[in-house]
Amino acid sequence: MSGDWPFSGPVLSASGCGGTGRELASYGDLADLGGFVTRSITLHARPGARGERIVESPSGLVNAIGLQNPGVEAFLGEELPALLELGATVVASIAGHSLGEYAEVSRALGRAAGVSALEVNLSAPDASGAGVFDIREPFQAAGVVAACRRDLPGGVLLLAKLRSDASRVVETARAVTEAGADAVVVGNAVPAAMPDGRPGGLSGPAIRPLALRSVSLAVEALPGTPVIACGGIMDPADARAFLDVGARAVQVGSALFHDPTAAHRIAAALAAGGEPR
Amino acid sequence: MSTPLGPLHVTGEVLATKTVGAHRHLTLVAPGIGERSRPGSFVAVSTGEARLARRALWIHRVRPMGGHRATLDVVVEPRGSGSRWLAGLAPGAAVDVTGPLGRPFALPREPARCLLVGEGYAAAPLLALAERLRQRACPVHLVLCAPDESRLLDVLEARRSVAQVDVVTGDPQAAIAAAVASADVVYSAGSVPTLRACADAAAAAGVSCQVALERHLTCATGLCSGCPVPLLHHEEDGGPRVVRDCVDGPVFRAGLVDWESL
Ligand code: FES
Repeated sequence: MSGDWPFSGPVLSASGCGGTGRELASYGDLADLGGFVTRSITLHARPGARGERIVESPSGLVNAIGLQNPGVEAFLGEELPALLELGATVVASIAGHSLGEYAEVSRALGRAAGVSALEVNLSAPDASGAGVFDIREPFQAAGVVAACRRDLPGGVLLLAKLRSDASRVVETARAVTEAGADAVVVGNAVPAAMPDGRPGGLSGPAIRPLALRSVSLAVEALPGTPVIACGGIMDPADARAFLDVGARAVQVGSALFHDPTAAHRIAAALAAGGEPR
Repeated sequence: MSTPLGPLHVTGEVLATKTVGAHRHLTLVAPGIGERSRPGSFVAVSTGEARLARRALWIHRVRPMGGHRATLDVVVEPRGSGSRWLAGLAPGAAVDVTGPLGRPFALPREPARCLLVGEGYAAAPLLALAERLRQRACPVHLVLCAPDESRLLDVLEARRSVAQVDVVTGDPQAAIAAAVASADVVYSAGSVPTLRACADAAAAAGVSCQVALERHLTCATGLCSGCPVPLLHHEEDGGPRVVRDCVDGPVFRAGLVDWESL
């Protein structure tokens, strides 16, 4: 691992689910979370998708946000300083339409003071719709990670965020680890469709069993690689289930939309229940 | 709490319910939220574990009731599964409430003739707004409209407390156009066509207009980016920008909104 494990606790907020950080901080101290993962930042600002962006489905949400974000410059100028001011351990999620953009964003954010880790988003549920590099094969994921790793200073952890796809997760996790990822995050919203057929991603408790299976497989196959679990975690028992199969930490995402205190509640309950493994 | 006057997330309780026309009115005990709210603020409520998205409700009234300092009245129009769930709640039921949320209506600095246009349940914040305006010596003209009588809100109360009240069922455009002629400021809450009618009439008359814009909200707290509102001119840098309805709104200056792209 290129740096020390920077997370003070096992519960992080998931990418795209904590606003700019300021909104989440209205409901709990960001310093009380293991880390705050930003929405995916691209080189230039993106306005995001038009039309309906999120709809409910049974025990889940389908989203087509289109990676709306302010771009590297505005992130570094406004959002990062605000996050640090709020005491957050900052994980910058990054995305790009090409290897070159991934590398450039990685360089810019990895060198920014106060970024503890990069989370390379390799699992956008609708990559082509969102205009990011479409990663279908493990070698493509490895290529992106290698490009991001190249100029990353030591001390900045590189996390690779993968799909909860039981048929590919082990292969992909192995490939990105060999390419220089310090840990893997499993996983993102899973590819799905909005009611009108537009591509989107399904998240929430509906996908939790899929995530649990993928996390178990990754942990078993790669005993030396820390796995951070993400997928429909709503309460402390859900988090515990992922930690019990060997996840090193968990990310809370859609649950924050239902209850903005969810991550803090889970963190507090785990802390009260003794040291998680 | 990092911002002392920011929103709160509390487990509240339904104190009372009643049906008025097509609406279900709920009175909620939600400690701390009513005290902080202003006309145009809203709350988000959870509607059971299997529905992940929140439901946003305008704060209709804040008042002491049953020994509680500041209960919240909200108006539910049962339409989908979440609002039907809410409409079915009985007194005593627990409900998670977050609020007050959003940027409320801005009040004029000088006394001005104010036209308030409220459509259906969305008229909920307007009586409280009228009260604030009256305290500032602003004459208020209130237009209440709805597609049908069962969805008209507050007609009786409005007639008791507001000097000039018009009630319209059906298309409100003609009434809006007529009323804007004698206003300095327009406030509007309702469907997009009605807001836009107010925006257009106000722009034509050269008067300022604020709209309370209801979008489909998922988190209602600024976390999900699911409620885009395209602006023509952003207040800070002047450029076009996509902002979030729930935290950057729901009240916008009508002239900033890119109605064509909405
Ligand atoms: S509804 Fe989630 S950001 Fe507005």
